[in-house]
Amino acid sequence: MVEFTLWDILRNLLLATRWTIALSLVSFIGGGIVGALLLFVRIGGSRVARLFAKGYVELFQGAPLLMQLFLAFFGLGLFGIDVPAWLAAGVALVLWTAAFLAEIWRGCVESIARGQWEASSSLGMGYIQQMRWVILPQALKVAVPPTVGFSVQVVKGTALTSIIGFVELSKAGSVVTNATFQPFTVYGLVALIYFALCWPLSKSSQMLERKLNVAHRDH
Amino acid sequence: MTYQFDFGWLLPYMTVLLKGIGITLQLILVGAVLGVALGTACAWVRALGPVWLKPVVAGYVELIRNTPFLIQLFFIFFGLPSLGVQMSELTAANLAMIVNLGAYSCEIVRAGIQATPRGQFEAGASLAMTPFETFWHVVLIPALQRIWPALSSQIVIVMLGSAVVSQIAAEDLTFAANFIQSRNFRAFETYFVSTLIYLALAILLRQALSGLGWALFPKKKA
Amino acid sequence: MSLIAITEVKKRFGDNEVLKGISIDVEPGEVIAIIGKSGSGKSTLLRCINGLETIDGGSIMVAGAQLLPDEVHLKALRLKVGTIFQQFNLFPHLTAGGNVMLSQMVVKKTPKPEAEAMARKMLDRVGLAHKFDAFPEQLSGGQQQRVAIARALAMQPIALLCDEITSALDPELVAEVLAVVKELAADGMTLLMVTHEMRFARDVCSRVVFMHQGRVHEIGHPEDVFTAPKTPELRQFIGAQ
Repeated sequence: MVEFTLWDILRNLLLATRWTIALSLVSFIGGGIVGALLLFVRIGGSRVARLFAKGYVELFQGAPLLMQLFLAFFGLGLFGIDVPAWLAAGVALVLWTAAFLAEIWRGCVESIARGQWEASSSLGMGYIQQMRWVILPQALKVAVPPTVGFSVQVVKGTALTSIIGFVELSKAGSVVTNATFQPFTVYGLVALIYFALCWPLSKSSQMLERKLNVAHRDH
Repeated sequence: MTYQFDFGWLLPYMTVLLKGIGITLQLILVGAVLGVALGTACAWVRALGPVWLKPVVAGYVELIRNTPFLIQLFFIFFGLPSLGVQMSELTAANLAMIVNLGAYSCEIVRAGIQATPRGQFEAGASLAMTPFETFWHVVLIPALQRIWPALSSQIVIVMLGSAVVSQIAAEDLTFAANFIQSRNFRAFETYFVSTLIYLALAILLRQALSGLGWALFPKKKA
Repeated sequence: MSLIAITEVKKRFGDNEVLKGISIDVEPGEVIAIIGKSGSGKSTLLRCINGLETIDGGSIMVAGAQLLPDEVHLKALRLKVGTIFQQFNLFPHLTAGGNVMLSQMVVKKTPKPEAEAMARKMLDRVGLAHKFDAFPEQLSGGQQQRVAIARALAMQPIALLCDEITSALDPELVAEVLAVVKELAADGMTLLMVTHEMRFARDVCSRVVFMHQGRVHEIGHPEDVFTAPKTPELRQFIGAQ
């Protein structure tokens, strides 16, 4: 039997971590773009469009991410495409992230006092002008801490893509375990790597939140 | 597209599916009750408990909240046996859910405790209650009432997250779906149906929790 | 011709009819105080005049143009009529100067240098020229309200609606805001204000409207309204102040 040093294990895990990071970035950025579109439909669209956006959010928040990954994997396959795991993983995570970000951001827009809408419309601004110059600049500031906070969920969410065969950190953990028969060490290291990725994000979200609250209290 | 949708296949697998639903429900029931209990105990430590215990609990909470549930599950099921701790798939799944929800509910309950007006603690103390008695009889129930909606959401999230316990062969709803699609080769429909079942379970669980909230905190009924 | 002609205006929220047929004609340069108990419909009336609420009956004409609830007409109306709110509603992410400049640039497409010159002029008019670069959170309530007045004035409206503009202020800050309003009145600005400041209404206003249960209960010269109320409701209202 080949002996694996701790460094061998760690090196293999770290190499796979690149894919966890790449997938997280793609999901977060793609999800942010789709989420922003959803947000505008949800708060400014026609009645039907608003209902669609609401249904979308409830669907993607109410079903397990794992099921969404399966559906993307096998659903895309129905179109006769041979779906690579990374594609299904990317599509599913983008759509899932979009639902959560749209909902978080909607909360931020709605947290802006009604007086801001009234004052800007009394000054003759139309809906787009109000959004562009008055509401969004304020909502964006409020949105930063929960958005950073949600990025932690995205990083953790990528772990599930190992189940449909995408080789990232979690999958690498299983592969290395099967080769080394050291599950305690390997999964312990995998957990620590995830922690190293997520904890700074969690902390900065908390710090930003605190900073925002202090700024508000000074009014 | 030559693929034909067909859901007639479902009938012969009804018992498999129902058994899976049963396991998923059992997991969330045990996970929610014990997880919230653990979380409440941890919240007490973080808010009012002994100083030496605080960093231990803080470490536990941060570690769990910043790692994927899947890895926690694998660590418990595959990793712990090398320390001599052996357990069945179902026990490992239950334990992972308790540990996971415990960390999240700790933070939620702690927020509820911190929102308690100081006067409540002072009133308790002035009635000669010990800090723990004040916590138990005066602070806890209103704190839980305050954060019940957030706690309910978290329980639903953990229920949806429980789908991954199928990966250690705990025979939950997702495990049933995996089993069925391996037999009928109709993966998309199988997962489509199980997604709908999860959606329904999430709605039912939400309703049940809000009903439970009404029963536990009757003052709110007015 | 009246500057603002309010004719038989009705407004209901669900089953609750808040305005039951209001008619008031406001002449150019008039300063009108609307008084009455809370719930009498006075704030709702003001919100109808600037189109924040749509009316269920009657008509509102401003400078000969009818108020209609579509975006084009609303914008035209809001360019003519400015509004000052109880809660100031300054934009917290902009400086005092930025607050006054924004709508000039965005709505009127005024070039920045001109908008800035106008903003400085208007802030000077409310006595806050030195606060051009201050953010709302660095200003007192009275100062914030004066910036809000400057912001409305910069749009060069022909009339101002003031909705309880001193009600959210600490007592010692009320005077500085009222002094600004008094100056505007002296300069000939048409003002329609919902207020609880009875002395101010008496000293500065040309007419006082007493609203009761969604109707104009009494209307007249302040001297008549305050010294010789005709109805028991007004007598009771004045006595309670």
